[in-house]
Amino acid sequence: MDVIAKPLLEVSNLVTRFHTPEGTVYAVNGISFEVREGETLAVVGESGCGKSVSMLSILKLIPSPPGEIAGGTAMYHDQDLLKKTEIEMEAIRGKEISMIFQDPMTSLNPVLTIGRQITESLRTHTGMDQKTAERRAVELLNMVGISDGLLHLGDYPHQFSGGMRQRVMIAMTLACNPNLLIADEPTTALDVTIQAQIVELVTKIRKQVGMAVIWITHDLGVVAGIADRVIVMYAGYIVEEADVDALYENPLHPYTSALLGALPRVDRRRDRRLKSIAGAPPSLLMEPKGCPFVRRCEYTIERCTVENPSLTAVGPSHTIACWVNIRTGASR
Amino acid sequence: MSGKPIPEKVIAMLTADELETPPLSLGQLTWRRFRRHKMALTGGVVLIMLVLYAFGGALFLSEKYANYNDTQLRLAGPTLAHPFGTDSIGRDILARTIYGGQISLLIGLFAVTIETGLGILIGAIAGYFGGLVDNLLMRFTEAMLNIPEIFLLIVMAKFFGGKLPELHVLGRVYSGSLIVIIVIIGLTSWMYLARIVRAEFLSLKANEFVLAARATGTSNTEIIFRHILPNSIAPIVVTATLGVANAILAEAYISFLGLGVQPPTATWGNMLDGANQYLESAPWLWFFPGLLILLTVLSINYLGDGLRDALDPRGRAI
Amino acid sequence: MTRYIIRRLLQGIPLLFIISLVLFVLMMNMGDPVASMGGRRVTRSSDYQRLKRQLGLDKPIYTQYLYWLVGNDWTKVDMDGDGGAETPGIRHGVLRGDFGTSLVNRGTPVLQVISERLPNTLILMGASEIIIILGSLLVGVYSALRQYSRMDNLITTISFIGYSMPIFFIALILMTIFAVLFKRWGLPYLPTVGMFDPQVGKTIGQVLLHMILPVLSMSIISFASYSRYIRSTMLEVLGQDYIRTARSKGLPSRTVVYVHALKNASLPIVTVVGLDLPLLLGGAVVTERIFAWPGMGRLFLDYVGRSDTPVVMGILMLIAVAVVVFQIITDIVYAWLDPRIRYN
Repeated sequence: MDVIAKPLLEVSNLVTRFHTPEGTVYAVNGISFEVREGETLAVVGESGCGKSVSMLSILKLIPSPPGEIAGGTAMYHDQDLLKKTEIEMEAIRGKEISMIFQDPMTSLNPVLTIGRQITESLRTHTGMDQKTAERRAVELLNMVGISDGLLHLGDYPHQFSGGMRQRVMIAMTLACNPNLLIADEPTTALDVTIQAQIVELVTKIRKQVGMAVIWITHDLGVVAGIADRVIVMYAGYIVEEADVDALYENPLHPYTSALLGALPRVDRRRDRRLKSIAGAPPSLLMEPKGCPFVRRCEYTIERCTVENPSLTAVGPSHTIACWVNIRTGASR
Repeated sequence: MSGKPIPEKVIAMLTADELETPPLSLGQLTWRRFRRHKMALTGGVVLIMLVLYAFGGALFLSEKYANYNDTQLRLAGPTLAHPFGTDSIGRDILARTIYGGQISLLIGLFAVTIETGLGILIGAIAGYFGGLVDNLLMRFTEAMLNIPEIFLLIVMAKFFGGKLPELHVLGRVYSGSLIVIIVIIGLTSWMYLARIVRAEFLSLKANEFVLAARATGTSNTEIIFRHILPNSIAPIVVTATLGVANAILAEAYISFLGLGVQPPTATWGNMLDGANQYLESAPWLWFFPGLLILLTVLSINYLGDGLRDALDPRGRAI
Repeated sequence: MTRYIIRRLLQGIPLLFIISLVLFVLMMNMGDPVASMGGRRVTRSSDYQRLKRQLGLDKPIYTQYLYWLVGNDWTKVDMDGDGGAETPGIRHGVLRGDFGTSLVNRGTPVLQVISERLPNTLILMGASEIIIILGSLLVGVYSALRQYSRMDNLITTISFIGYSMPIFFIALILMTIFAVLFKRWGLPYLPTVGMFDPQVGKTIGQVLLHMILPVLSMSIISFASYSRYIRSTMLEVLGQDYIRTARSKGLPSRTVVYVHALKNASLPIVTVVGLDLPLLLGGAVVTERIFAWPGMGRLFLDYVGRSDTPVVMGILMLIAVAVVVFQIITDIVYAWLDPRIRYN
């Protein structure tokens, strides 16, 4: 990361809510982040922290009703994505910004051939004819490690294994050379060995084409292998943001520190129990008073219960939202 | 979506008003739920009104009046004296729909009782014992399902139709064909319930409470009726409710064809027998009984639909 | 896939046998055909006995079933009542296509009697099925896309009413509007009787014209229930992950709905069509009666009334066969359409 180039995607104060019969769910509560060209940003957090919802909001893929993007901007190439109409978004999705999803079993259409599912992107966005699109599809399949692509164009998703399907998904999303790939837990549903292959594949490809990647995951182990920067989310807020090395060496938010502490490590003593974080995330049905992590935090002070900390810098490109310095115990 | 970004700090301090959801979305969702239930409630209310009409109406118009025919007045259109007009031999149609309604509704009720009993019996035995018994019973059920109900009804009605003598119950006379119709409708509609009950039994029989019951030496009959059956009440209730609608329709069809309940007993269905002839000249002959059948079936369908939503453990969103 | 087809066909055979057994037992108990030989009463007891022997009714029921199924031309029957079988039988049995002869139309083979009327019913059913499937797809998809809107609610309500109506009520109302009232108002009106106007002759135009009201009557009920069904499968499909994927690829909404979603949502309808056939047939009986359409349903009613057992039995059996075969066909079509089953 050399020049401070203009970020590819700049999100400010994104707020997303869902209106359900039980009440309003405050899924994303004003998060801001940016992604620069060619970099990989990891978004980490447990289920329900708002990581997927944030990304879906950027692409305006949130079903509304019941969802609602209540505030914020998402600047891409000097335009606010959140203000665009559906037709305008159709030109962005798949072409400029692509997304792959978690479950390869359900994310591909079972009654359409994979050839069709790849070529339709190409034909929609670039106006290619069928023959050219098919050739490109074979190239793409090759790129993701599926040789004999031509034979497979007429196959259906159910004829592939999970790992292969995820590769097909990747081929599909790369079809039109997007500038940004959002990967929503693409390896969570896969075997560990396959996971590694997919991670390797994405790393290789993004280096090849210079694509930026937002990688959403709850697995800190994966993050270390691919990310340049990391943001940590909790209950719809960003609680820490740092370069990947800084994060692993010096996590400054209690949540991040606890997450890293809970990671099983090869060099840990075998007889020690795995540390888990006590308690459960707060209900998203209410706006939290004070810091959302307060109930599970080991370092709370009075202020934590009344005021929700905002992100402040604690180092070069390292921000956290916390009132306490967990190294010293003093307040910030 | 506002144009101004909302600072994070502010969110924590926003008042209830500012966080209030736009009335449209939340309201839409809640309204939809109410609407669903509302229809079921409406259905229930209409049904009760129809029952009151048929049975309560008898308090105002005697059966004698219903059967009284003044051929001078035959085929007269609706007037104040005869709000639904008169039929081909001069009887008041309003009164006939009251008494006809009683019969139609009772047929629905009794036929469903028979088919529910049969369906539960066959389904439970097939599901519980499995194996060859299950196979045979299910083949038989499938065979019955493949023969359209109407055809069976026609054949059975034709044969059994005249066989039973008139009944004298509670001081009123009923044609023997009434019992016949009830029975044959029951005998041709049990299959749907049998399949459902069997499916329930197949899945419930592996449950622990059944194993426990067996281990303590409970008899099979007791297990079936005291343990498993009560746990599958929900789909039975829904199917039975909808079955009443089906039975009323079946009676209407068969009576319309002239093979159903025979005169002098009136039903909504047999009031429509031969209605073609009077298509132009006396539409009130068929319109009012037909409308009453429609209202009854419609309200039962709504009610059943609501019940199904309420009792469905899987809670499908739609 | 071929294995699946073979398996379904094999499953159908025992089913048909059981059905034939059920029907046979039913018919044998439905009355004494000799007593009212197609409407003519037989009074002399010697005639009675002779007729019984002729029809094979003096034999025990399982023998009767056997003869009915495979005929009796391979054995001898006792025609003259002396206790000894001497005359060879003439029946070939159902399995070889001999359903016996009609009692009402003396001597005419049952199949012939039926086949004169069968095509007429098929016309009605075919046309109905097309309208039902196409119509419900249109309405169902439309409803699903406009979920919760006023139009959707209206359509749902009309659908409920539609399948709560007895078919004859629908028919009578349609007749009143399009035949009676239109005529009164001087508008071109639709015919309500028969298949064609005898003065004009049996032309295609005539038949089509006469078909309109009967087909409409028959279609409305199923159309209403299929629409609701498609709406719900469509909604279910639209909530699936692969639809989200399709949207995320920036595909136009039209493609997402009509290709990605519809292809999945319309599969179950194939099975529903198969299961619905008995109901449609039942509707045909009533409809043919109202509109005096010369089809099989009307034939059935007439001949039941005249106790023509062979014809009635023939119709019942043919219907059962049609239902079973049709269900097998729809199952196979479904398997062929769903790639998950076809390429396994």
